[in-house]
Amino acid sequence: MHELPVINSILKVVLKHAVDNNVKKVVAVHLQVGELSDLEDKWMQQYFDYLAKGGIAEGALLKIERTPVVMKCGDCGFSYVVDLKEDKAMICPECGSKKNTLISGREYFVKNLEAI
Amino acid sequence: MSDEIRLIEVKEDILADNDALAKKLREDLRKEKTFLLNLMASPGAGKTSLVIQTIQRLKEKLRIGVMEADIDSMVDAEKVAKEGVDAIQIRTGGFCHMDATMVKSGLDAMDTDRLDLVILENVGNLVCPAEFETGAIKNAMILSVPEGDDKPLKYPLMFSVCHALVINKMDFLALSDFDVEKCRQRVLKINPDIQIFEVSCKTGEGIEQWVAWLHDEVKAL
Repeated sequence: MHELPVINSILKVVLKHAVDNNVKKVVAVHLQVGELSDLEDKWMQQYFDYLAKGGIAEGALLKIERTPVVMKCGDCGFSYVVDLKEDKAMICPECGSKKNTLISGREYFVKNLEAI
Repeated sequence: MSDEIRLIEVKEDILADNDALAKKLREDLRKEKTFLLNLMASPGAGKTSLVIQTIQRLKEKLRIGVMEADIDSMVDAEKVAKEGVDAIQIRTGGFCHMDATMVKSGLDAMDTDRLDLVILENVGNLVCPAEFETGAIKNAMILSVPEGDDKPLKYPLMFSVCHALVINKMDFLALSDFDVEKCRQRVLKINPDIQIFEVSCKTGEGIEQWVAWLHDEVKAL
C-alpha cells in the first residue's frame, strides 16, 4: 500500500515534465532510489504500469538505480558510504568519531526521462 | 516532429513537496509554541497505552491534544478522550502513514494555539511513516520487547529519523530472549543522538523518565 502514494508522486513529476516538453510518449524514467527504501523494483514497475495506464507515460520502463547510504562525520566532516544492515559499530573511517548523520539514502529522485 | 528518443532532464526529489510543507508546519508550530510529537510504532507495540500514561502524568502541567491516525476506526480517539483531553481521529482510509498535508488538516481542526502539546499517534507500521515528514518538532518511536531486538537491523530508516526510542513491555523481558544491550548498540550505531527509555506501560516502570524528557522538550520550545 505504501507503493501507491510514492509511485503516484513519481508519475505526477514525470507527467509534468513530459507536458512541459511537448512529449508524445514517455519511453523510460530514470530513478535514483535510496538504499533505505523498502520498495522493490518489480513492484514499483507494476504500480507504475497500473497508474500510468491510458496516459502518455503508459508502458514506460522504470530504470532504477540504487543510491548508497551516505553518512557525514559530525567531528571532522568526512562523508562516507555505509552498509546499515551490517551489524557492526559505525565509526568515521577518517577520525574514529561516532557522531554521524545521514546525508543521503532515503531519496526518490527522478533524474531524467527518455521520451519521443 | 521526428520520433527520435530525447532525454529530458528532470532532477526532482518526489519527497520534496512533502518535506517543504512539513518544514513550514514546523515553523508555524514553533511560532505558536505548540509542540507536535510524532509517535510511531508497529501495531500492538503500545502507542495508545503510552499516550494514555503520558496524558495522565502531564495533563495538570500542559494543555494536551491528541491526533489519532488509523486506517479505519475510532477506538483510539474514544479511549484517549476518556482521559479528558482533546482527541481527534483521522481515518487515513487505507493510507499506511500520515503525510504533512493530512497532519495540517488535523491541526487546523484542533485549534492548536491554545495547546502546548499535540501528540500524533501515527499509523502502526515501521516502514512508511519513517519516509514522510509530518512537521513534528520531534519524532519518537516505540519498540516493544516481544517484537525482538533485531528490528533496528530490519527498519534502519525508522530508527534513524527518531529523537527518542521507548522500549516498551519491559515487564515481559524475563520471558523473552530480547537483549536490551544488543538492541541499544544496534540503535546507537544508526542514530548516536537518540534518547532511549526502557518502560512498561503495564507496571509504570520507567514512564517518569520518558515523561520528564518530553516535558523538558515541550518547555524548551
